[in-house]
Amino acid sequence: MKTIREWLKKHKNFNMIAGAVITGLILLIAVIGLFYTPYPSTEMNASLKNSAPTIKHIMGCDNYGRDIFSRVMEGIRNTFFISLATVAIGTVVGVLVGSVCGYFGGLLDDILMRINDALFAFPSILLALVIISLLGTGTQNVVLALGIAFIPSFARIVRSEYKKQVSLDYVQSARLMGAGHVRLIFVHILPNIVPVLLSSVMIGFNNAVLAEAGLSYLGIGVQPPEASLGRMLSEAQSYLFTAPWYAIFPGLVIVLMVLGFALLAEGMTEE
Amino acid sequence: MSETILEVKDFGIEFHDHDKPERVVEHVNFSLQRGEILGIVGESGSGKSMSALAIAGLLPRKKLKKEGQILFLGEDLMTMERKKLRGLQGDEISMIFQEPMTALNPTMKIGKQVEEALRIHHPEVTAEERKQRALTWLKNVEMDDPERVYDSYPHELSGGMRQRVMIAAAMVGNPQLLIADECTTALDVTVQAQIIRLLLEINKKEQVSVLFISHDLSLIRQISHRVIVMQLGHIVEQGDVEQIFNHPKEEYTKKLIAAIPKVEL
Repeated sequence: MKTIREWLKKHKNFNMIAGAVITGLILLIAVIGLFYTPYPSTEMNASLKNSAPTIKHIMGCDNYGRDIFSRVMEGIRNTFFISLATVAIGTVVGVLVGSVCGYFGGLLDDILMRINDALFAFPSILLALVIISLLGTGTQNVVLALGIAFIPSFARIVRSEYKKQVSLDYVQSARLMGAGHVRLIFVHILPNIVPVLLSSVMIGFNNAVLAEAGLSYLGIGVQPPEASLGRMLSEAQSYLFTAPWYAIFPGLVIVLMVLGFALLAEGMTEE
Repeated sequence: MSETILEVKDFGIEFHDHDKPERVVEHVNFSLQRGEILGIVGESGSGKSMSALAIAGLLPRKKLKKEGQILFLGEDLMTMERKKLRGLQGDEISMIFQEPMTALNPTMKIGKQVEEALRIHHPEVTAEERKQRALTWLKNVEMDDPERVYDSYPHELSGGMRQRVMIAAAMVGNPQLLIADECTTALDVTVQAQIIRLLLEINKKEQVSVLFISHDLSLIRQISHRVIVMQLGHIVEQGDVEQIFNHPKEEYTKKLIAAIPKVEL
């Protein structure tokens, strides 16, 4: 406890702390949601249709009489893991493409970056829409579509970092020690771009949360009866005045999730 | 004893990245014997660093034209296959850079960086032996506490210490040729003296040939056996250190020597 207090005194990085607390709580709920929800998320109860929050149903019930808290828990779980997988795809492919382009430069760089620009020109939601309409709906396809839509921004950031690093003396020095290209790219340079990568991963995660919610809101993301925060919002639309809690709680959770990660990213750049 | 390590014959570099080709180095001839320290001195833009980078094989292959020959133990580095050249770099030829602040990887521990040449060129050496050799070299470059330095990151060391780490990293593979490109320029005078003394010691003990590049005439005079004076991409004069400093033939050399600031107390 004392060390934490000392650390706080020294760093005073409130963004980091607030971000970590909010994100930690949400992550906790996502993990609990894997094993336990207060009620089965698809259990309907006609007598509780659109009922207001009570002790038993702390966030109220939806238009089918399903417990909103349970569905929010499941929604967080889905959103969280979809976003995680999306960012993972974007980061891994983005690092591969970006590092090769930034390190080697030349014709390959030109070709890959023009393709990248072309992808970048589409808004990521639109790109994801196109991919989903080709592949069909479903959680895996959502992950794939969003993942592809996220590659260009990562590739661009990573490329510019590599361009910067590659001319530094330590790279020349390692090259002179006889290190090969692969070793230079991954062993020598990669650790040096981790700070930049980390904050763009955080921001990317935020965008993924919003994009997933957006796709589900449009009805092409997570399919019913599975719960998703975006889908809940779109369903709640028709009951905005009769059952406002249906829209408020999922919306609040999306805001908190995004806020938590934004604060974390902010805190990391401060460190 | 005198065995030729390096022989540069009619070497030239021409840049082609602008509309008009630009010659930065021309008709450079010199040779380096085993165990010899050859100083190259010249003002900025005289082509001394370009020549060093070319010998180290670090010049990009595109956008510039090179001519002549750089023979290392009789083999031409310029026409050598890339793979073979990479096998020599770090093992037979190594280099110390100007800026110790940026020449070390900030995210890699010192020990790992010193071991790098061994790890790449001698995979047969066990991790334990690699560590021993790195520690030995850290001790050879007069680190007080090699074990601690081994586990440190570059930002925890001072500039002089970092430059000594660079020397250890360059020497760990027992190279035949060590290129020191302005390696003391970024350091203050007392540390400079230390590094010079260290290089002289290593040169004597390991019989490594050193190509010492600097714009500082008094440093060159202290360390070199022979000296090359360069100006605008040409060699103006070369010869034994005493001959150059005491009986310079060329006007440019005389002027350079006359320009050494004298401290009078």
